[in-house]
Amino acid sequence: MFGFTRQQGIAFLVMFAAVVIAPFFLYPVFLMKVLCFALFACAYNLLIGYVGLGSFGHAAFFGMGGYIAAYTAKKWGFNPEIAIITGAGAGAVLGAVFGWLSIRRQGIYFAMITLALSQMVYFFCNQAPFTGGEDGIQQVPRGNLFGLISLQSDMTMYVVVSVVFLFGFLLIHRIVHSPFGQVLKAIRENEPRATSLGYRTNDYKLIVFILSAGIAGLAGGTKSLVFGIATLTDVANAMSGEVILMTLLGGMGTIFGPVLGAIMIGSIENYLAQLGAWFAVTQGVIFVLCIMFFRRGLLGELAARLKLSL
Amino acid sequence: MFMIFGYSSALLFGQLLLGLINGAFYALLSLGLAIIFGMLNIVNFAHGALFMLGAFVAWALLEFLGIPYWWSLLIAPIVVGAFGIILEKIFIARLYKLDHLYGLLLTFGLALVIEGLARNQFGSSGMPFAIPPELQGGTDLGFMFMPNYRGWVVLASASVCLVVWLIIDKTSLGANLRAATENPALVQSFGINVPRMITLTYAAGVALAAFAGVLAAPIYSVNPGMGSSFIITVFAVVVIGGMGSIAGSILTGFGLGIVEGLTKVFYPQGSATVIFVVMVIVLLTRPAGLFGRGGH
Amino acid sequence: MSLTRRGLLAATAASAVPMSARAQRPTLKIGVLTDLAGVYQDIVGPLAVECTRLAIADFGVSAKGFDVEIVTADHQNKPDIGASLARQWYDRDGVDIIMEGGSSAVALAVAAVAKDKNKAYINSGGATSDLTGTMCNAQTLHWTYDTYMLAKSTGGAMVKSGGDSWFFITADYAFGHALTRDVGSFVEQGGGKVLGKVATPFPGTTDFSAFLLQAQASGAKVIGLANAGADTINCIKQAREFGIKATLGGLLVFLSDVHSLGLEVCNGLVLTESFYWDLNDRTRAFSERLKAKSPARRAGMAQAGCYSSALHYLKVANDVGVGKFKAAGGADVIEMLKKMPTDDDVFGAGSIRPDGRVIHPSYLFQVKKPSESKGPWDYYKLLSTTPTDQAFRPIADGRCPLIKA
Repeated sequence: MFGFTRQQGIAFLVMFAAVVIAPFFLYPVFLMKVLCFALFACAYNLLIGYVGLGSFGHAAFFGMGGYIAAYTAKKWGFNPEIAIITGAGAGAVLGAVFGWLSIRRQGIYFAMITLALSQMVYFFCNQAPFTGGEDGIQQVPRGNLFGLISLQSDMTMYVVVSVVFLFGFLLIHRIVHSPFGQVLKAIRENEPRATSLGYRTNDYKLIVFILSAGIAGLAGGTKSLVFGIATLTDVANAMSGEVILMTLLGGMGTIFGPVLGAIMIGSIENYLAQLGAWFAVTQGVIFVLCIMFFRRGLLGELAARLKLSL
Repeated sequence: MFMIFGYSSALLFGQLLLGLINGAFYALLSLGLAIIFGMLNIVNFAHGALFMLGAFVAWALLEFLGIPYWWSLLIAPIVVGAFGIILEKIFIARLYKLDHLYGLLLTFGLALVIEGLARNQFGSSGMPFAIPPELQGGTDLGFMFMPNYRGWVVLASASVCLVVWLIIDKTSLGANLRAATENPALVQSFGINVPRMITLTYAAGVALAAFAGVLAAPIYSVNPGMGSSFIITVFAVVVIGGMGSIAGSILTGFGLGIVEGLTKVFYPQGSATVIFVVMVIVLLTRPAGLFGRGGH
Repeated sequence: MSLTRRGLLAATAASAVPMSARAQRPTLKIGVLTDLAGVYQDIVGPLAVECTRLAIADFGVSAKGFDVEIVTADHQNKPDIGASLARQWYDRDGVDIIMEGGSSAVALAVAAVAKDKNKAYINSGGATSDLTGTMCNAQTLHWTYDTYMLAKSTGGAMVKSGGDSWFFITADYAFGHALTRDVGSFVEQGGGKVLGKVATPFPGTTDFSAFLLQAQASGAKVIGLANAGADTINCIKQAREFGIKATLGGLLVFLSDVHSLGLEVCNGLVLTESFYWDLNDRTRAFSERLKAKSPARRAGMAQAGCYSSALHYLKVANDVGVGKFKAAGGADVIEMLKKMPTDDDVFGAGSIRPDGRVIHPSYLFQVKKPSESKGPWDYYKLLSTTPTDQAFRPIADGRCPLIKA
């Protein structure tokens, strides 16, 4: 199924069961937030884990997806599913622009360019009238799914969010395990060689960049409907840092790693909310520890120990 | 008094000069980044945090030990440079054989820790730092009132940049440095301790950031966020200039400061984004940057 | 997971009453949602929490047969974080009322949650007058100040004292433009002139000298700073550095800003607050009591407002009966609060209007010269007072949906 190995299949079933059971024990709003971030991290992982492109500006797509979904749902009365898809589209369009400009350069230049571009998007969102500046777009209605099912209850919304998450997760998995995904891995391992084999590597990179941005937009759009608010937080640099951290902590280039990373960072954030700047310090410490001691991330190290592919 | 594009020359000259002052900071910071990058192949994301640290060291020296600004200009870079040596030895040195991305992520994490701790310790609103008495007041230049301190900033920054450039381009030390960048194994075989050279280069680069921090302290309030607001702009400066040459990073820094200053006259709202717009244009026309070599 | 979280919250609880006693007595749970580490931490932050605690101590809760527990959290000045913390507090953690509640954006977001969950919310630190205007609701009160009060006092009163031509340095976002517009209209109503404005990129502007020179070139007598926090601080500092002669009109400046800048830089600055520690005997008495708990800092108006609002809340709770009070929905609680006039050491006698606006006088201050100051925290001299009935926006002009025309 979906090109999973046996172990991955088992891991997927475990994750699926957890998604189903969790809301009966834990606060659903918290879980929805984690699922949105998990999807965002998976989208980021598609780029850094499978193509080796380290973007420092992914918040732009996540945040823009959130703004567009919130705006269309609130001002134009779009149904939630249409609003979320529009948000994903906005992320993809922005991703096309970013990608077109940034894939001309590699490595750290790529990182700095994406960072600078996302800073521009941040300024734009702060000043453009439609985003509501620092107030953001507030009181966004969750609306009725397909015009029929009210999403007002947290449980109903949770079902929608889980479906979006699982869809995005499987989509990414499908991309990675397609022939297209094999070329991506070849680019990551040795780009000149992939070029010499006749692949137009820049085209491949651009396409995957757009896909990653689109899925990030999907996650952002979903999040803004869950919380009924879209704000500058989601386009700010700190958000780009956070998604990198989730992916790194869970394991870059593993399928389930980003999900694990999102759960861990989400929980830490939840507990440390009242401690203010300690959250930033904790994030920084985790960054340093990951880089120094387990660069493959928690799942990556575990998989290597157990000789599994997760 | 004459008019240019409907603006009085006084206003324009004033803004040019102010742009030069901002450019002085861009130049110092991007110079430090370029030196570190040239030698270590690492983009030092912690540069902004170390810039902030420099300002805080100056503040602490004055507040707790009564050591005046002038000594801070010397002491703060040394203190922060020593801190840089520790960072390099403990963390960064272990990453040279790995993908550059890891260096970037590591220094990003370090920046978060340093800034977070400063925020916990000192709060966000910042500490006042008075202009040293010798430089208080200003000079009437005819077209504007120029605070003496600002003039000093441009002067100090330009001279430091010049000296660093001379050292790297014209001395044997600089020659060794440049050679080690190209071929570390060969230079090592000449009996030069390359790892130590790398460590000291990193220390020198962050010392420049700290020096800029001390210069900035009397102008901006000394606060934990002062570095992060600069660093992204400086990254854009680096992308525009290309990291190929030391002189290039200095010229780009000053040049973009002036561009930004002029934007403040013609389209104030755009002054925060103009550097990023320039970056996009440069990327489209000269992907390697204005002074860059090769593809990446 | 939820158990551990509660454990953590309980650990930060402030009540000094032993666990055994707590179980038998009704407990009111106040959530102080504030900026604990961000740019506004000195304007509200830990001292706002301290002020809330002082209200509990002053009221003498333990003798009244109920307990009060305080929980705190940091909204980081982000409306989404503020809203989700509020949601959790109301949904899961049994918080009865949220106080302080942060800057404008956070305030509006929390007010929306309060309405959604029908829970009570009192804001003190937020500036936006929309909170009792178009965005008002039956679950929310706005204590201490708002943009209208600041604009009217600083804009209107300054024109009367001769500052009749203005140039604005406006942070280029909704808040900055709204403030510029409001102050400008008071300046013009008072017979003054607005000569121009310059919009500065926000955030990310650290060097305001270019804009200050443009303001100077306009020849205006007053430069209005329609910005906040670090922007205002940088403007004031750099104006001093460039020898700007015009009077600076700070439209959102607090005591803690003056403290961190120092009188050398700030002197001559004109600003508005609704509270100053050295205003009268009652404010001095309040400040002495606070000093015992927090010796290093004096409260500004937003922090003092937390004391005032918490004290009023406890008085009403005691009057109504805590059991009944706790059981009531947010709108009913707020209705009970509105009925009783307010009176405390911070603002003196005041009242709460049907639109949720808490009213009292506002004061125009000028920052003293270093030579006039008698010691630490002796910063302001009073220029003029706007009486209670004129200090805030007339209720009819707010277009609050609660008010039927």
